[in-house]
Amino acid sequence: MAIQEVALTTGRASSISLVDRLHGLVVTVDHKKLGLMYIGTALIYLVVAGLMAVAMRLQLAVPVNTILEPDVFNRFFTMHGTSMVFLVGMPIVAGLGNYLVPLMIGARDMAFPRLNAFGYWMFVFGGLLLYFSYLGAPGLAGHGSAPDIGWFAYAPLTGRAFSRGNSTDYWILSLLMTSVGSTVSAINVIATAVALRCPGMKLMRMPLFVWLMIVVNFMILLALPALSAAQIMLLIDRYLGGHFFDTQAGGSAVIWQHFFWIFGHPEVYILIIPAFACVSEVVPVFSRKPIFGYPVMVGATVMIGLISTSVWAHHMFSVGMTSVGNTFFAISTFTVAVPTGIKIFNWLGTMYGGRIRFDLPMLFCIAFLFQFLIAGLTGMMLGVAPLNWQLTDSYFVVAHFHYTLVGGFLFGIFAGFYYWYPKAVGRLLNRRLGLWHFWLFVIGFHVTFDTMHFSGLLGMPRRIFTYDLGRGWDTLNFVTTLGALLQAVAILLFAINVVRSAKKGKLAGNDPWDAWTLEWTTSSPPPDYNFATTPSVRSRRPLWDLKHPEDPDWQYE
Amino acid sequence: MRIRHHKILRTLLLFAFAFACVVFAGHVEPVLGNTDGVTSIFRPLSQPAQEIKETSFLVLAICAVIFVVVAGLLVYALVRFRHRAGDEASEPPQVYGSNQIELAWTVLPILIVFVLILVTTRTIADIQNRKAPSTAVQATVVGHQWWWEIRYPELGIVTANELHVPASDGRGSQPTFLKLQSADVAHSFWVPQLAGKTDVIPNRENLMWIEPTKPGTYLGNCAEYCGTQHARMLLRVVVHPPDEFERWAKEQQQSASADSSAPEGRKVFFANSCVNCHTISGTSAQGKFGPDLTHLMSRAVLASGAAPNTTDNLRLWIRDPQKIKLGCLMPNMQLTDEEVNQVVAYLQTLK
Repeated sequence: MAIQEVALTTGRASSISLVDRLHGLVVTVDHKKLGLMYIGTALIYLVVAGLMAVAMRLQLAVPVNTILEPDVFNRFFTMHGTSMVFLVGMPIVAGLGNYLVPLMIGARDMAFPRLNAFGYWMFVFGGLLLYFSYLGAPGLAGHGSAPDIGWFAYAPLTGRAFSRGNSTDYWILSLLMTSVGSTVSAINVIATAVALRCPGMKLMRMPLFVWLMIVVNFMILLALPALSAAQIMLLIDRYLGGHFFDTQAGGSAVIWQHFFWIFGHPEVYILIIPAFACVSEVVPVFSRKPIFGYPVMVGATVMIGLISTSVWAHHMFSVGMTSVGNTFFAISTFTVAVPTGIKIFNWLGTMYGGRIRFDLPMLFCIAFLFQFLIAGLTGMMLGVAPLNWQLTDSYFVVAHFHYTLVGGFLFGIFAGFYYWYPKAVGRLLNRRLGLWHFWLFVIGFHVTFDTMHFSGLLGMPRRIFTYDLGRGWDTLNFVTTLGALLQAVAILLFAINVVRSAKKGKLAGNDPWDAWTLEWTTSSPPPDYNFATTPSVRSRRPLWDLKHPEDPDWQYE
Repeated sequence: MRIRHHKILRTLLLFAFAFACVVFAGHVEPVLGNTDGVTSIFRPLSQPAQEIKETSFLVLAICAVIFVVVAGLLVYALVRFRHRAGDEASEPPQVYGSNQIELAWTVLPILIVFVLILVTTRTIADIQNRKAPSTAVQATVVGHQWWWEIRYPELGIVTANELHVPASDGRGSQPTFLKLQSADVAHSFWVPQLAGKTDVIPNRENLMWIEPTKPGTYLGNCAEYCGTQHARMLLRVVVHPPDEFERWAKEQQQSASADSSAPEGRKVFFANSCVNCHTISGTSAQGKFGPDLTHLMSRAVLASGAAPNTTDNLRLWIRDPQKIKLGCLMPNMQLTDEEVNQVVAYLQTLK
């Protein structure tokens, strides 16, 4: 029934004019459209910021290269970092939450549909404002253009004495805008998950994905205000004669760092936990077993969320804290390893004794597990404060956080993308192109970021636009650049696949993976109202119960 | 289908293994070996870098064991429990969890973390709580955009970009204790073979110490992004045998040489605004914004390591500093070729 209706709507959609369709996107308050718009826009920014990374890698391929001038390079790494965190990571988190949470809990839309649209448009215009700085921010001769202060914008480089013109103002204002968007989106996801669950779906029967999204969005509410507050203080410094971070007038540069990382560290978990969420849905389905230790997984995630609020100064081991301060933050950092380890072991426990299918979503999960394991271990090394004194702000750290954010976050998101694309579009992504994307991306990823660890160990600091011959960095950097090019090709294949499969892909049907959560009961793509009748559930895997009436989950949970 | 999956898996394993071998074979030499000019953190020649290396080996060993165990389990699960032909008909036994197992893999990481905490705490205390012995050399390093001012208040020496320290040889311990300050934005002092990095932050004084044992020149970089020329804010630490260090200090304590072989250049220098930024002791040039030039020719590099200190580079630098270090704060003084040559001749008397 539902399928026929959707066939009708899509049939009609193709005959609607482009203007009407664009108008439809502008005025929509539908969580599915907004979710896809979030993700689509984020993917565009991913390509833009990714190309900046490629340009930086070309500059660093050989010593004393002159492709990029110092200021251009500095703008690129600032815009690359800022974009990847605020215009790629955050909107993907919001988009996934928007699209999937209502479907997974059997709701017809988000709790506040208009607020949802507002959040999306704040993000879009925030991003545009940031990039408009390339045109609109010239200040004194030779200054201005895009911000060149690094994505964590350490004071007092951001003060008016050192950052003339308006580029830093663009950085502040655009991020304040996207922060408003992220905040309302976080409130919305939490309210939806708390208030709109279908009958029978108790908190401990929610898909793990929804649990993790609740934790993430609480962390957003907790962490973002620290950044916004610091940015407003910085604006006061710049325009109203404040001295919060103005060291020449007795302000403190270190206070900025504290504010920034009180936001910045939870931010890392805000990005990685949605990847956990995707993996926690994909691994069980493709291992054909329920997630191992569901309550422990929920508890571990909540613990990660709590502990992540007390580890921020491990980004600051080199600022000259006392030995007591350093020891405290080293201990709290190690503590995160325990719940994180529990999660990895539970995914392994889920796979153990299963029948693992190596479809594309699962391949990305497997790569995620390997890479996140390594990222976690290098993270522990960085938690050893004395070792951190050597490694922080070197390419080792660059390698570590790209292992987390590309090897972890992006691979997890790709797993989710290949998994839910058929639901959102109605067609499967092409498997052959997908395999090419996967292998090229895995190889490119390792060639790029494995080698970076070594340049860091050899003393190469981050954020340098060039380096001299004879430091032993040249071969490593050349190889790193080759890897970056491989990744770029992989992303190109992915983009082709996404566009092509939307028209020519194999029809997916409601439930192409033989999965268990509610979104797979409705048609692909789901109708505007999601479910013709409100579903009701008796366990964490309603579709398992439906498919195996002789052995339903609710007998065991 | 089954065969293809199997192949994918085998390729994955082979690839991972081959890649790991290549990476390690290729990088063991520069990282651990004794290659010249390479600033590996695993080739320390001073405390505290030495102690950090020892700690890091323990941490690396722990991490390697964890990796082998967890990755081994993962590979085992992937191979042993892969989907096989004929599996479609039924589902595997549905297991929901086990409290005993959960407890085991909670307690085990806690024990490992406890070991790491002990090791870390001890190393932090060892390094940070060291008190300066009376024999220690005291130096102040001031970060500027984009060069290093180096002062020895007790010895009355001011120089730039090259920190000279004595080696602690068999005769006794003579560490150097550094006070780190910044004149503008945040920088970071990092010479990997001597010590970990310590940030150089305005309106704050940080402390660090080194105790190199082997004479030589050690390279480092500013490790905190500080603006346009962060990449060209290089550091050199020259470690002397103790008696040679004393000789160096004696020379640096002298006022500028009275060599009057380049009177025209001297005139050009003092007639222009060079004197507003640079100090030449014993003259009216007392500027504080740029590096002290009193003993310029005793230094190996120009512009904080942007170029070797040669006659040609000096000429290039004075004609247009932006050609060597784009964005640096020294302006092009619009001197004629003749004036440039004269100034260079004068600067070369500053031995």
